[in-house]
Amino acid sequence: MRDHQLKVVVFTVLTVLFLCYSFVLYFKDYQETVPADALAQKGKDIWQQKNCGSCHQLYGLGGHLGPDLTNVYGKREQPYIEAFLRTGTTVMPNFHLSDSEINALIAFFKYTNTTGVADPRSFTKHLDGTISQQSSSVR
Amino acid sequence: MEPYHNSRLPYARNYITVGLLFLMAALLFGLLAAMQYIVPGWGRDVFSFEKLRPLHVSSAVFWILMAAMGAVLTYISEGENTVRKPTWIKVQFYLFTFSFAAILLSYCFGIFSGREYWEFHPYFSILIVIGWIVFLLNFFHYFKTLKHQPVYIWMWMTGVVFFLFTYLESNLWLLPGVRHRLVQDMTIQWKSYGSMVGAWNMLIYGSSIFLMDKIAGNQTYSRSPMAFALYALSLFNLMFNWGHHIYTLPTAPYVKYIAYFVSMTELFILGRIIYGWSQTLSTARKYAHIYSYKFLFAADAWVFANLGLAIVMSVPAFNIYMHGTHVIVGHTMGTTIGINTMLLLAFAYNILGNDSRYQLSTSRFSVAYNITQISLASFWLALIVAGFLKSYWQMTEPTIAYGELWNRMRPLFYIFYVAGLGLAVGLLYLAVPLIRSGFSKASSK
Repeated sequence: MRDHQLKVVVFTVLTVLFLCYSFVLYFKDYQETVPADALAQKGKDIWQQKNCGSCHQLYGLGGHLGPDLTNVYGKREQPYIEAFLRTGTTVMPNFHLSDSEINALIAFFKYTNTTGVADPRSFTKHLDGTISQQSSSVR
Repeated sequence: MEPYHNSRLPYARNYITVGLLFLMAALLFGLLAAMQYIVPGWGRDVFSFEKLRPLHVSSAVFWILMAAMGAVLTYISEGENTVRKPTWIKVQFYLFTFSFAAILLSYCFGIFSGREYWEFHPYFSILIVIGWIVFLLNFFHYFKTLKHQPVYIWMWMTGVVFFLFTYLESNLWLLPGVRHRLVQDMTIQWKSYGSMVGAWNMLIYGSSIFLMDKIAGNQTYSRSPMAFALYALSLFNLMFNWGHHIYTLPTAPYVKYIAYFVSMTELFILGRIIYGWSQTLSTARKYAHIYSYKFLFAADAWVFANLGLAIVMSVPAFNIYMHGTHVIVGHTMGTTIGINTMLLLAFAYNILGNDSRYQLSTSRFSVAYNITQISLASFWLALIVAGFLKSYWQMTEPTIAYGELWNRMRPLFYIFYVAGLGLAVGLLYLAVPLIRSGFSKASSK
């Protein structure tokens, strides 16, 4: 009987902690430096509709066929990005994006670039195994 | 309520048969997608990677879910010696079969949500949620109390409940307030995914403990304090270790510290595997003639390899060298094929593999089994080595072009592809007799 009660207590305590943690994360203020404007929001919707994440990554999460694009806006000039979006590459198909879609995607990349730095070299490694990062955006 | 008999529960068996068809689809789409790794631009304008990857990933996830549900429903009925609500089991089966097939079709037409794992349009989520609620009701029809229940019942209960919670959570992106804040969206997305994988693992590992009890003919382990201690540790990890997916994301530091600390508790599980390895080997020799047991043994070895890798990856200072590389792909393949698929094949052989008309001879089984394991090991190692090399080049040559990275990794991708072909051949050979048996049972019903 006491054995069963212990199991129920452990399960209940863990579940309550999990739910508290979940709701803290749902309602937490994420303090993104610049919130996404309407055009960047449209760009994110296009990013998802075209399933860009199956080949590209944001913060190292996504597909591996193409490069991580979190900070592409900070590393490349806008016409360079636009050329890729307009014509595709040997590997990437031409999605026949309209001008407004291309502008929205570029606004999205401009926004992702303000959220942080994805480059693993920007992290400082500590002896206890933790990491830290100083800068928060590329440009 | 009806007395249990295998033939009384055809739909639970059909889950596994349909699941195996999804496994075949995952292998086919995986091979087609991998062609683009070795021949850049191959099929770009017909079946480009943004279609093939979701076809491959979703087929693999559907295999895992269908077979896991089939195993749980079969083993619950077997354990309780009754079949409850067979009509609802049928409803659940059709809901999932229809929605999963429709999802694959929708990918072919380029309809996506663009989310990792669940790349289909959110309308399909309605069917999946309804189906899972039916599964939850089917499960709780069997159990009114957890008192005196073995550990696998607790694990199944956890898997059924937490999958529903985390699946709903993974759809929070539909709220504009979440969707348009990248860091919040990605934090919640990976929180839900990390726990969701833990939830389906609870269904699978619970079934493996049931099967081990069945093979051993007693419930010594499933009622032991050690089994419950490991269950509690797994539940703790399911709930709190997911942050190791997002160490590089600029989210709250405490998310990362919690994940780091919780993930390190898995060292206890790793230590226990090492401590109990000699016993595992002697049990393996004892049950070497049972096909299902061979898969359980293979899964044990893959748990060891992948858990070791996972623990290293959970240390943030090491993680940043592996994050975003093929080490992660290797780990994902190692866990979904090496652990999940091996265990699910153990259940499939236990439930569908007794039909003498389709049974593989011992020698043929051994050939297919060995091809599968050797190919998987080569496949896994090729990805991990490619990942480490990519990481090294990225760290030491900051200006290297992405195309150049790929050119340098290509020899490893050839090994990856050939090993993938071997894996597909091995799994096909192992699965076809089961599929034939499953269809035969269904039609003879």
